[in-house]
Amino acid sequence: MSQRPSLLAVDTVGPATSVQDAGRLGAQRYGLTTSGAMDRTSLAAANALAGQPSGAAAIEVGPLAAAFTVRRGSARVSLAGADRVAKLSGRAVWLNETVRIAAGETLQLSPARSGVFSYLGVEGGIAGKPVFGSLSVSARAGLGSPYPRPLRPGDLLDVGAAVDTAAERRVKLPSPGRGPIRVVLGPQEDALTPEAVSLFLDTEWRISPKSDRMGYRLEGPKLAHANGFNIVSDGTVPGSIQIPGNGQPLALLADRGTTGGYPKVATIITADLPRFSQTQAGGRVRFAAIGIEEAQDEAIRFAAMLARMTERVEGLVKSVVAGEMAPRAPSIS
Amino acid sequence: MSSPAPRLLPCGDSALAVEFGDSIDPELNRRVLALDALLAAEPIAGVSESVPTYRSLLVHYDPGVIRHADLGAKLLALAARRDAPARKGRRWRVPVVYGGDYGIDLEAVAERAGLAPAEVVARHTGVDYRVYMLGFLPGYTYLGGLDPSIATPRRHDPRLETPAGTIGIGGIQTGIQCLAAPSGWNLLGCTPMRTYHPKREPIFLIEPGDQVGFYAIEASRWEALDRAAEAGEPVAEMTEA
Repeated sequence: MSQRPSLLAVDTVGPATSVQDAGRLGAQRYGLTTSGAMDRTSLAAANALAGQPSGAAAIEVGPLAAAFTVRRGSARVSLAGADRVAKLSGRAVWLNETVRIAAGETLQLSPARSGVFSYLGVEGGIAGKPVFGSLSVSARAGLGSPYPRPLRPGDLLDVGAAVDTAAERRVKLPSPGRGPIRVVLGPQEDALTPEAVSLFLDTEWRISPKSDRMGYRLEGPKLAHANGFNIVSDGTVPGSIQIPGNGQPLALLADRGTTGGYPKVATIITADLPRFSQTQAGGRVRFAAIGIEEAQDEAIRFAAMLARMTERVEGLVKSVVAGEMAPRAPSIS
Repeated sequence: MSSPAPRLLPCGDSALAVEFGDSIDPELNRRVLALDALLAAEPIAGVSESVPTYRSLLVHYDPGVIRHADLGAKLLALAARRDAPARKGRRWRVPVVYGGDYGIDLEAVAERAGLAPAEVVARHTGVDYRVYMLGFLPGYTYLGGLDPSIATPRRHDPRLETPAGTIGIGGIQTGIQCLAAPSGWNLLGCTPMRTYHPKREPIFLIEPGDQVGFYAIEASRWEALDRAAEAGEPVAEMTEA
């Protein structure tokens, strides 16, 4: 941020809204989890629109309504992720586009219609002090910047000033894909009975309302362990699917504990984590097992897609009404 | 004496676990830490981070740089070596206020063991523990070497919140829980030491493989030590052997 930062105020916000980036790497050996955005594709899209690196910090907005006001300067923001109605001073703001917010204007986000998390990218970025290279909020660890906790009404963020000459932009995203969430079996699928592993793959699971950034609980038939449900603790990754004593899977996500003492039947592949994380409570998911080679091919394609997100950004031509965009159909996430 | 070769377990597309066994055993944990040390000394391109646990080393990596099979072969070759860099022996002496409001389960642990509370404290402070791993939460230190006479099963109803600094017993394990968190362990006492303090340099004090011993302090010393720890003092003494 070379010039004087603008000031973005949080007016209203639900409980699950926080500053998140690509996450905090390098201290998992001390029990410090990575945190970071639940949907890396939408984070990268918001950042590409805002001219930021794909893993830069954005505001991860939870499924409830939220409103932000620019108090000083002006800010150019972008919105990606969950599908929701957004308005700026009564005008519609479209998903996967940028919009400039002048001082005194309020961006209003309605509750998500589909999906869970939206990402508000900011041209020039969000100012903060990184710890282990990240601004991501990890509430339990007391980390995150500018606030080491989820955002609350009244919070103020120093953000980059809008580059006034810049045209508004939009990004065309690849289809998020349909069908089962793909997993690689292991590391402890042998801790379940073979019937339970088949049942895990054959079941349409329901995402429990008791789900959060730590993990999504899945409801369905009880999965049986082969020899008890305690294992000597070992490491976890984002997407590890634990089977605790009650036989109901728990998919560990961004704020997971770095180690756990329950067997892990499978791991969600990196490329499908965004789609899984955007499934609302009550939503249904199925899993399909693929081989490690195929999963790694997908991970490489996914990383390339994130890295080339800026190539999907195009400028918008301003309409004859000064300062307003031509109307268009909202894109569907 | 030769040890069995470890198993390679895929943990999704970007991590794999090198598993040496499935029990809590100092020799097994030594092999985990030896591989971790060799990997630190001779980095493999594409590996971003490793996480030692009781029995396995979790290796995070970028499949765009190195694939599962190649990385697995390299890690098995490292695991077979016997020339891991010797680690410095570090020993921590950690002050603890036992019992009362600081350790609400001390009486129950004592009763179950058929011992006086003071004898439980004597046995808990009477040995040095091995740091097997840090995990679950920042700075959560898992220790092995508990006197079996005071081993106590986890509670059937885990508490939804237990205080920061808690020293507890869970089965044959004891540990330091740095942050307030839900827990099913039995609470013996509390230490003012911060194993994790985000505003201190270094943020973390204890490493896997270190030794930890506890000593009892009076509750009257809590406030001063807690203030010092919050200000960034280690509070616990560390000696290098």
